[in-house]
Amino acid sequence: MRVKAISRILALVVPVLLSLNSHVFAVTAQAEAPVKESATAAAPAGPATVAAPEGVAPAEATATHEAEGAEKPGEVIMHHILDNKVYPIEPFGEIHLPEIAAKPFGIDISVTKHVVMVWLACAVLLVVGLTVGASFKSLSSKESPKGMANAIEALIDFIRTDVAKSNIGHGYEKFVPFLVTVFFFILICNLIGLIPYGATATGNINVTLTLALFTFVITQAAAFKAQGVKGYLQHLTAGTHWSLWIIMVPIEIIGQFTKPFALTIRLFANMTAGHIIIYSLIFIAFILKSYVVAMAVSVPFAIFIYLLELFVAFLQAFVFTMLSALFIGLATAHEGHDDHAVEGAHH
Amino acid sequence: MEGLGYLGAGIGAGLAVIGAGLGIGNIAASAAEGTARQPEATSDIRTTMIIAAALIEGVALFGEVICVLLALK
Repeated sequence: MRVKAISRILALVVPVLLSLNSHVFAVTAQAEAPVKESATAAAPAGPATVAAPEGVAPAEATATHEAEGAEKPGEVIMHHILDNKVYPIEPFGEIHLPEIAAKPFGIDISVTKHVVMVWLACAVLLVVGLTVGASFKSLSSKESPKGMANAIEALIDFIRTDVAKSNIGHGYEKFVPFLVTVFFFILICNLIGLIPYGATATGNINVTLTLALFTFVITQAAAFKAQGVKGYLQHLTAGTHWSLWIIMVPIEIIGQFTKPFALTIRLFANMTAGHIIIYSLIFIAFILKSYVVAMAVSVPFAIFIYLLELFVAFLQAFVFTMLSALFIGLATAHEGHDDHAVEGAHH
Repeated sequence: MEGLGYLGAGIGAGLAVIGAGLGIGNIAASAAEGTARQPEATSDIRTTMIIAAALIEGVALFGEVICVLLALK
């Protein structure tokens, strides 16, 4: 069993590694030069305005100073938070991810740090899913699942009964696969971000927007299927008198788009904010240049926030799944327009 | 005058946190009260509490994102 799992991991990881082609493993010597260049290139634009009143250092001096390591905390934090095409492995240098020259519709589709993390999450998801699925198939009806299969079963059962069934109600079975997938994908993306050398793919607004778009499309499709075109249009009027339609219809239409937008921003901001806080706490020690502050403030508080982030990783995956289920449930609700009282509270 | 942007970002972040703190505090207080009165409804109350807290937090995070954008501009 274990050998099988390892061979599956290798089968998934090796092609991914191979697809990052040869210039990927370029090491420090090459990497340092462009950093200094970019620092000097960026400097004339910045300090030209700032240095004038100070009159202390000319642009080049600040640039070399920055390149030696005394970068601004804000820049370092943003560099870690934002997506880029260089994958840093701090003491050993950095990996330059392959660039794709072709730009269909003017969109840069090069591989970036977060793309690699999404692949990694997919690989983990596949391995976990396949091994757990296989171990379930090998069970007889009297045995209970053990180990990882048991843990995953508990989570899936929780999503099936407490999230899908209680929020969607009748006909919830169709949506369980989507909800379970979304839950585990977000959870694994969040957790990868907490592992050293990992990056949070869910801290990238493009990833969360895509996830929210899935929810949006499924919600709309479910609404059409459950109510038909006539019912769907009736739903947009919120069951009010026709004279109010001029107000209600635009509000209802906007409401359809606010939901995925809120999902997007919530997940993105939660994951980004946690990382910014951890970096900020660590940088307090560097700004004050004090071992006492590092011992008393930075490290304990950073560990506390890290543990909080561990909880938030689960909570946000749950909240995203829960709200997706809630929106699907609202869209497919048949009975009258009672649900609008609930719906209004969420805008 | 350039510093005013940072000032605005800081004040805005603080105000957003005050709002979210008040809101989530109210929810937690009501949920604790409700659970104490009716312990058998604990799981329902918890679910409702988490949803409401997440929604409030979402609105607060809109504010925070705007503040971050302001500070980075």
